Amino acid sequence: MKVKQISIFIENKSGRLAEVTRLLGEKGVNIQALSLADTSDFGILRLLVDNTDVALETLKEGGFTVNKTEVVAVEVPDQPGGLCEILQVLDKTEVNVEYMYAFVARNVGNAVIIFRFDEIDSAIETLQKEGVNLLTREQLYGL
Amino acid sequence: MIVNHNIWDPLHECLERRDLERLQLARLRATLARVSQVPCYQNKFKQAGVGPDDIHTLEDLAKLPFTVKDDLRQNYPYGMFTVPMRDVVRIHSSSGTTGKPTVVGYSRKDLNDWSNLVARFMTAAGVVADDIVHIAFGYGLFTGAFGLHYGAEMIGSAVIPMSGGNTERQIMILKDYEATALVCTPSYALTLADRIAKMGHDPRTYLSLKVGLFGGEPWSEELRREIESRLNIIATDNYGLSEIIGPGVAGECLCKKGMHIFEDHFIPEIINPDTGEVLPPGEKGELVLTNIVQEAMPLIRYRTRDITCLHYDKCECGRTLVRMEKTMGRTDDMLIIKGVNVFPTQIEEVLFQVEGCEPHYQLIIERKGTLDTLEVHIEVNENIFFDEMRKQRAFVEMLEKRLATNIGLHAKIKLVEPSLIPRHEGKANRIIDKRNK
Ligand SMILES: [Zn+2]
Repeated sequence: MKVKQISIFIENKSGRLAEVTRLLGEKGVNIQALSLADTSDFGILRLLVDNTDVALETLKEGGFTVNKTEVVAVEVPDQPGGLCEILQVLDKTEVNVEYMYAFVARNVGNAVIIFRFDEIDSAIETLQKEGVNLLTREQLYGL
Repeated sequence: MIVNHNIWDPLHECLERRDLERLQLARLRATLARVSQVPCYQNKFKQAGVGPDDIHTLEDLAKLPFTVKDDLRQNYPYGMFTVPMRDVVRIHSSSGTTGKPTVVGYSRKDLNDWSNLVARFMTAAGVVADDIVHIAFGYGLFTGAFGLHYGAEMIGSAVIPMSGGNTERQIMILKDYEATALVCTPSYALTLADRIAKMGHDPRTYLSLKVGLFGGEPWSEELRREIESRLNIIATDNYGLSEIIGPGVAGECLCKKGMHIFEDHFIPEIINPDTGEVLPPGEKGELVLTNIVQEAMPLIRYRTRDITCLHYDKCECGRTLVRMEKTMGRTDDMLIIKGVNVFPTQIEEVLFQVEGCEPHYQLIIERKGTLDTLEVHIEVNENIFFDEMRKQRAFVEMLEKRLATNIGLHAKIKLVEPSLIPRHEGKANRIIDKRNK
């Protein structure tokens, strides 16, 4: 139920984000989702890609500092209050969220939320117990 | 009351300050008369519009121009000698890493004086005639090995002129010859301890050592404690530089509260390295030394480039000589930011202490309005890059806090992508001072 994500350190100056997408594009790596957290000095770019290993290697060769992390992908039910339900589950169970971001996955058709948890294993267990629909890597990329 | 234990030359090491100053002035004037025969000093004095006749008190010393390492290079090899070669019996050389070395000459009396000066700090460290002194400095142009060798011989100790290299053989000789005093660099003392432990012995009891006289590289109080506990010895520090005789300028007594400068031979001054102005006692600045005894090559107001400060309050050992603190850095590297002296090595030290942090950094100094700012750019790597912003920010704040404690100044930390800081290209690229533009 875990999905691999890569995080890239980028300085806040023009061209760095474009450089990341250029390098990945050249190797035919497809970016599924992207999120950027930034301060005035630097940013942390997080990517879901179809080939994590190639992306990691390519970016390292390109001189970037890259880490691999594991996140959880949750499908938001296509009904009013769908997102609200998931957030309430998290609130109730006191699972600690480091950050989250959302995107619409082509293969899923619905909105998908990516969660980064402090303790991923217990978070997964809790969410599954509460009946939240977690997506596998295969479902996410339509493999 | 003067306690004369462990004092080699009580007459000169325990002089009342008034008598010491009288002796210094007489020796200074005699030395100035001699160096006035040397073209380099003739030119210097002429340019400054002063001469030996203008020196009536010790305070007048400040009127004289400085001598710098470059003067020695320009007069390479023998241009600074004040005696003809027939009176020179020894030549030593600095371990200069760039360009021509600097040359120093000794007359027969100079060698004898040098031996007595080294005997002073070796005696202060507890070395006596019964001791067996193992010298693991390399013998050669470098002054370290010969200086300690002569000092120990002067005391009457048995000297083992081991020289450097071959650690296992060093340990065998130390053990079999029952050496009681060790002379080497502080880092080599630890190498010895490591090797003894690796050989399956306890470094605290395996040898007969009781004291170590360490020098030749800067070392910290932590390193002293480590050497003392691992080898079960007393570790002492001494100071000297080849341009000014070599080891034997200053040395610690067993109070370990700074190194006594042998002021009857050398007049120390502390100056502001930027303005050349003499600073009052207790202030930190560049050490300037005037050699007032040496025959072959006395230097006047020689800028050592070493940063330290002097303490004139009386030491419990009974010596009246001023004490200098361990050198805190070199003026070549010193930055003055918001009036605070900052050495890149201090910043490096903080980075070294943080796990996973590599010392790839760059210092950017700017003036915004009337305020100086220091920004430290640190290359990020996988060990110090976190995927969570909260952790990344906490890391930066932790570094800023540690830096502030260490350098006494707030510096802004900026994480940068790797390889943007030029590597292995010397300090010029590590420091970008935008204030003078
Ligand atoms: Zn003392």
